[in-house]
Amino acid sequence: MSHSIEAHGLSRNYGGLRAVDGLSLSVQAGELFALLGPNGGGKTTTLGMLTTLLRPSAGTARVAGYDVAAQPHEVRRCIGVVFQGPSLDEQLTARENLDFHARIYNLPRAVFRQRSDELLALVELAERQHEPVRNFSGGMRRRLELARGLMHQPQVLFLDEPTVGLDPQTRRAMWDYLHTLRQQSGVTIFLTTHYLEEAEGCDRVAILDSGTLAALDTPAALKATLGGDVLHFRVADVQAAEQLLHAEGLAVRRGPEGLAVEVGDGPQRIPELVAALERGGHAVQAVNLRRPSLEDVFIKLTGRAIRTEAPDAAEALVRRGRMGRSRR
Amino acid sequence: MSAFYTIWLRDLTRFLRNRSRIFTSLAQPLLYLAIFGTGLSSLLSGTASLGGVSFTAFVYPGVIGLTIMFTALFTAISVVYDREAGFLKEVLVSPASRLAVALGKVASGATIALLQGLLTLPLAWLLGLPLTLGQVVQLAGIMAVLAAACTALGLLVSTRLRGIEGYNVIINFLMMPLFLLSGALFPLAGLPLWMDVLVRINPMAYATDALRQVALAGAAQPGFLAASRLHPVAVDVLVLLGFFVLFLVPAVRAFSKQE
Repeated sequence: MSHSIEAHGLSRNYGGLRAVDGLSLSVQAGELFALLGPNGGGKTTTLGMLTTLLRPSAGTARVAGYDVAAQPHEVRRCIGVVFQGPSLDEQLTARENLDFHARIYNLPRAVFRQRSDELLALVELAERQHEPVRNFSGGMRRRLELARGLMHQPQVLFLDEPTVGLDPQTRRAMWDYLHTLRQQSGVTIFLTTHYLEEAEGCDRVAILDSGTLAALDTPAALKATLGGDVLHFRVADVQAAEQLLHAEGLAVRRGPEGLAVEVGDGPQRIPELVAALERGGHAVQAVNLRRPSLEDVFIKLTGRAIRTEAPDAAEALVRRGRMGRSRR
Repeated sequence: MSAFYTIWLRDLTRFLRNRSRIFTSLAQPLLYLAIFGTGLSSLLSGTASLGGVSFTAFVYPGVIGLTIMFTALFTAISVVYDREAGFLKEVLVSPASRLAVALGKVASGATIALLQGLLTLPLAWLLGLPLTLGQVVQLAGIMAVLAAACTALGLLVSTRLRGIEGYNVIINFLMMPLFLLSGALFPLAGLPLWMDVLVRINPMAYATDALRQVALAGAAQPGFLAASRLHPVAVDVLVLLGFFVLFLVPAVRAFSKQE
């Protein structure tokens, strides 16, 4: 079986609202796959259906060869999940949380001892394994959740926004773990994120917007659809300059930094285009070259920027709120 | 089987780690005994109407029942807490059968409630009710069935509810009538029909009835116990088992279906 995950027309309604609409995709074994999209775009709902926690309203999905609706038990045995929100027992120690997991997955005791030692070392929690989780920072909890998701050596590891709420250093460390893990074990990793720079490092990226699949390809191929680099020209009369560049046969749009022009080879086209603008009577105040990013792909596909900052802060608040409530 | 034991073990570990909770929930029956026993017994002219035992001793079996009901219903809230704290997801995404998980929850809640109930037994000696080993064993058996029935009821409510506030509202709404109509505070003989109907659909009435017959067996006049009881102990226990199944089946079904 070459496909770890296959979804066909996967949909989920909440009341009258369609959170995921006809999603079809397939993920190969051993792939590092990102589901990218804004908050509220249907990522967590998709993950919920693939991990058997939510029943699809329509469509089918197979994970590790089993149907998520018809064979949830078999699917659950093959997957590891790191959830977006907290999911540890704060009153138990780190090791007890792993112990619970090992027992509920029916792992032999010897396997538990060996795996927990290995994984606690991998996520650098070996020294604090006998402390209750309520003493742990957000980053330590996330690492422990990752270790726990790997205890039973899943074929497919699902991670829902694995780095939300973590400081940049811990985020980098988390990614290092994921890459190490993939090299060592060949596990298929399916993650959701709204961080574009994180999606860049994945094998393939699916862009999910308002519950529908907007694009699916490698980061390089997605960026190639933009036709190369983007040049930003700041000029006084934006409208006239836009017409002039249009007349040159270029794809022009207005951005926050002035006029954005997609060109094949940015650095070489700068002098030529600046000269053209100046000939037309437009004094160029500033030029900015951007190599295409997934952000540009996202803007092109959805017509707006992915919101990272504001929802992030809100999410961090929600996470803290949940943690506070569960501490009792 | 392993999932059942794992769920049970975790809940017991949490319970035993939380010693303050054990002692605060012990204070409650003492408070009830002191208040009801002292406060209400001053209203009664003599003790003859209670088969020769003090009012406090008469109330005592009801307070055992209350302790168990209270602990069981508030232990079953752990399903709601686990959902809010996110831990339930870890369980639901695991290959453990939902049936085993739900039964493990009932078993752990019932065990904890039973332990709390057993801790109230030493009070019997203070109230002048020296219990024999046989009585202790019988009382423990009745307590276990009551604990299981109340935990199943708690699981039913907590699985169908989304928030902690909602659970507390429902449980508080349930708990007082269940206790007041259990016969804990007054004998159930000669009640008006409407009250008699409410008593007979109340699981706590059967538990109190059985606990009282066993706990007061040595101390009260046999004629008083026979005249004031609802049913013989064995029938009470069977009815309680019936309530247990009545709560357990929909609770397990709801737990298995939840997303």
